Amino acid sequence: MIELLTENIMLAALVSLVGLGVLFGGLLGYAAEKFKVESDPIVEKLDELLPQTQCGQCGFPGCKPYAQSIADGDAINKCPPGGQSTINAIAKLLDVAAPSLDEEHGEEEIRTVAFIREDECIGCTKCIQACPVDAILGAAKLMHTVIARECTGCDLCVEPCPVDCIDMLPIEEDIEQWRWSIPKKQHRLIATSSSAVHETLT
Amino acid sequence: MRQLWETPGGVHPPENKVQSLKLGIGHLTIPQKLILPLVQHIGDAAIPCVAIGDVVLKGQKIASASGDLSAPVHAPTSGVISAIEDRPVAHPSGMSALCIEVTSDGEEHWIDLHGHAEYKQLSPQEVSHLIADAGVTGLGGAGFPSAAKLDNSRTRSIDTLIINATECEPYITADDILIRERAAEIIQGIDVISHVLDMPRRVLIGIENNKPEAIDALREACKSMAIEVVAIPTKYPSGGEKQLIYILTGQEIPSGQLPSDIGMVCVNSGTAFAIKRAVIDGQPLISRITTVTGGACRINRNYEVLIGTPVSHLLEENKFIRKNCSRLIMGGPMMGFSLGSSDLSVVKTTTCILAPSHSEIPEEDPQQPCIRCGLCAEACPASLLPQQLYWYAQSEDYERLQAHNLFDCIECGACSYVCPSNIPLVQYYRSSKGNIINSRNTKISAAKARERFEFRQVRLDKAEQAREVKRKARRITTEKAKTSNSSAADIINAANLRAKARQASPDQQKAKLERTLMAAKMRLEEAQERLVEAIKSGSAEQQAQQHASVEDARQKVEQTKRRLEEVIQ
Amino acid sequence: MVAGLSHYNKRMQEFAIILVSSILINNYVLVQFLGLCPFMGVSKKLESAIGMSAATTFVLTLTAMASYIVNELILMPLGLIYLRTIAFILVIAAVVQFTKMFIEKTSPLLYRVLGVFLPLITTNCAVLGVALQNANKDLNFMQSSLYGFGAGVGFSLVLIFFSAMRERLAAADIPQPFQGAAIAMITAGLMSLAFMGFSGLV
Repeated sequence: MIELLTENIMLAALVSLVGLGVLFGGLLGYAAEKFKVESDPIVEKLDELLPQTQCGQCGFPGCKPYAQSIADGDAINKCPPGGQSTINAIAKLLDVAAPSLDEEHGEEEIRTVAFIREDECIGCTKCIQACPVDAILGAAKLMHTVIARECTGCDLCVEPCPVDCIDMLPIEEDIEQWRWSIPKKQHRLIATSSSAVHETLT
Repeated sequence: MRQLWETPGGVHPPENKVQSLKLGIGHLTIPQKLILPLVQHIGDAAIPCVAIGDVVLKGQKIASASGDLSAPVHAPTSGVISAIEDRPVAHPSGMSALCIEVTSDGEEHWIDLHGHAEYKQLSPQEVSHLIADAGVTGLGGAGFPSAAKLDNSRTRSIDTLIINATECEPYITADDILIRERAAEIIQGIDVISHVLDMPRRVLIGIENNKPEAIDALREACKSMAIEVVAIPTKYPSGGEKQLIYILTGQEIPSGQLPSDIGMVCVNSGTAFAIKRAVIDGQPLISRITTVTGGACRINRNYEVLIGTPVSHLLEENKFIRKNCSRLIMGGPMMGFSLGSSDLSVVKTTTCILAPSHSEIPEEDPQQPCIRCGLCAEACPASLLPQQLYWYAQSEDYERLQAHNLFDCIECGACSYVCPSNIPLVQYYRSSKGNIINSRNTKISAAKARERFEFRQVRLDKAEQAREVKRKARRITTEKAKTSNSSAADIINAANLRAKARQASPDQQKAKLERTLMAAKMRLEEAQERLVEAIKSGSAEQQAQQHASVEDARQKVEQTKRRLEEVIQ
Repeated sequence: MVAGLSHYNKRMQEFAIILVSSILINNYVLVQFLGLCPFMGVSKKLESAIGMSAATTFVLTLTAMASYIVNELILMPLGLIYLRTIAFILVIAAVVQFTKMFIEKTSPLLYRVLGVFLPLITTNCAVLGVALQNANKDLNFMQSSLYGFGAGVGFSLVLIFFSAMRERLAAADIPQPFQGAAIAMITAGLMSLAFMGFSGLV
């Protein structure tokens, strides 16, 4: 057998390469069975980064479906409530470049909370059915009111209200939530410009 | 000679303490109005328990604690409550918070005081309750409610009580003068604290060696007691809790933990004094020693200031010259913050009001690029890497910031002090800490929202399933009805029986009708009232409208009465 | 001096020389300029760099061993030296596929992060370079494997250093024309200069 191969170089080349191919193919096939991967937990990790407003502005009925779509290769810049910080976080997780927010799906606005003007509420429960996180308290023909702490500001309740009595109010910053802001940098500095920041007394 | 350890880093800024030590503790005239914020410390705001117009006595409680992390507020002088509203408070943000304003009557009528000189017979919980009731918070700067701190520490069996008399920040001399004049009372306070902590094995007083008179006063006062006064080398910031514990005992507090986790408690000497007054004399915390100093004030001295005194009142008594002052600082030059106006009032944590002249603390030089010299790392007392923290804070890399232990930074300002490029490093760290805390809070609320959303899905699914089951059941019965040989009359009878069964019992019906009747009667009354108003207003159209609605309501009432009678029969 | 050493010591010295040579003196990335693609592509984050270097070291060692076996047992006896390149590529492809399956099973996140660069280890010229150089130098099995392992360690060393530096660069204040790949290339060039200092050591 070996003599046949050493004499016939073409045959030797063919046999050896095909043989190698078959050998490696077999080994890999066996390895594929042994190292079978079940599911893709990346969807869970993506869902954790999304803001959970379930508002639908990305075009998907909730945050989990959008996370699934991103795992399948969708663009990561469709979430306005998450804003640029969420896009950056997703980009970091997937190790891709972070694009800017896709304007088609909405702009990043300051967080708002829904507020029902109780004088005008007729108790129709349409907003209660619309709220994706059950943040509206009430029942048929009884007063409806928004639990401000649970409201995510998705504004899905504004449309269904037949008397248009829901306002989206911006969250006001009070002394408890105040945080230091980052110092401003001054560029194009020359040594003699020292009359910059000057705090005046009232 | 007791063994001492040396903390890494640290700086030696010029002390500037002699100016305010020439005179003893002074007393001010009573200001006309005192403004007391309801939150003067780390923790939750207190709740007012007085109303506008109430007459209050000196030391009377005007706001009660709203929980464990809250301290009550007491009236600093007798007078009248003139306002309870949002006022600007002494806070770096310059924002407003709820305050109580007391207009003084100049009489200084105290409430009846009940001291407990025999506190040793009370249980530690009872004594700590007295401390909490007196509104004592940490007077060294952070202002944590003292009773909560001591209670929390007691549960972890404290081995060493350390009294912090270091006062390492330049210009501030409040603790120094308090010790010189009232050392005996401070020692009594330390005794009370030891009792609350179930008698720790040892008690140390840490004091910097730039205060020889105070050291002598303390040593004299605790001659016969088991308290050791330890003089430590002068360095900023050896007064930080973690740093002082390390200097005196060589033990480090692990990252993210409290001193009580390693069996230590650190209490400021001024707080010990306040605790003595609270427990032994029965006096709530209504005043503190504050240093008023700086080149723009002609007089520099310490005062016993009533909490709520406007800063302008302090400055007037010290002959303040506004145009000489570069900026007004509450606290010291390293960790204090600028005040936007002098109408803000002194709070429980105000150690010092600093009014420096333009040459003492000149305007900030503008920030220049970092030259990576590494002086900041040499100066950091917490062995952090300020330069790396700066770069990551700039590029907002929060992961790396936390990996470099950003939250172990005590914000002492030593790194900013030594930076040759005048970079305000501490501001970068504070802003990053705020952003990280905000994103943590956002994550928590997002997780909650997700939970609620998922539960809602489950609820809707369940409702859908229940409907499916009903639908199936109905289909089966209609199938049965179709297949069985029953005439139309039978089917109708069966339907009637089902309807009757579903009808509510007579009692339930009666109750429902009674409720409807009441509602109808109420609506009738309302309609009648509106009619009266319409008559008053004189508009004929409105009158006609209201007549009609009154008629409607009356008819409804009659209808409901009739149905009720039917059911009763 | 060499003559005075026992046989064991001589072997140890030989292995040490091989390792030092392949890790430092003739570093595959900075001195021989092979494998620059993953060097530039996966060095943005330290975690992905560590993962990549582990994967590449694994591939290099296995490839060195497998290619030696294929060369000695199939190609040399049958006189198919001209088929070396193709055969080695076959070996490398199989090993990389195996590595890919292994990583997908054990660390899906790393698999996601490495992305396309994991199968691209197949085209990493350092891997083929090691295999061919070993064959050309006519080394024995032990020496080949050590060269492969050393190449992997050298690659890892340099990749990890470089990614650590790139992380620092990402946070630094770089002038506009130098941002991105430009400063990375300059840094790599300076590192290469540093490694040239090792030449002539052995």
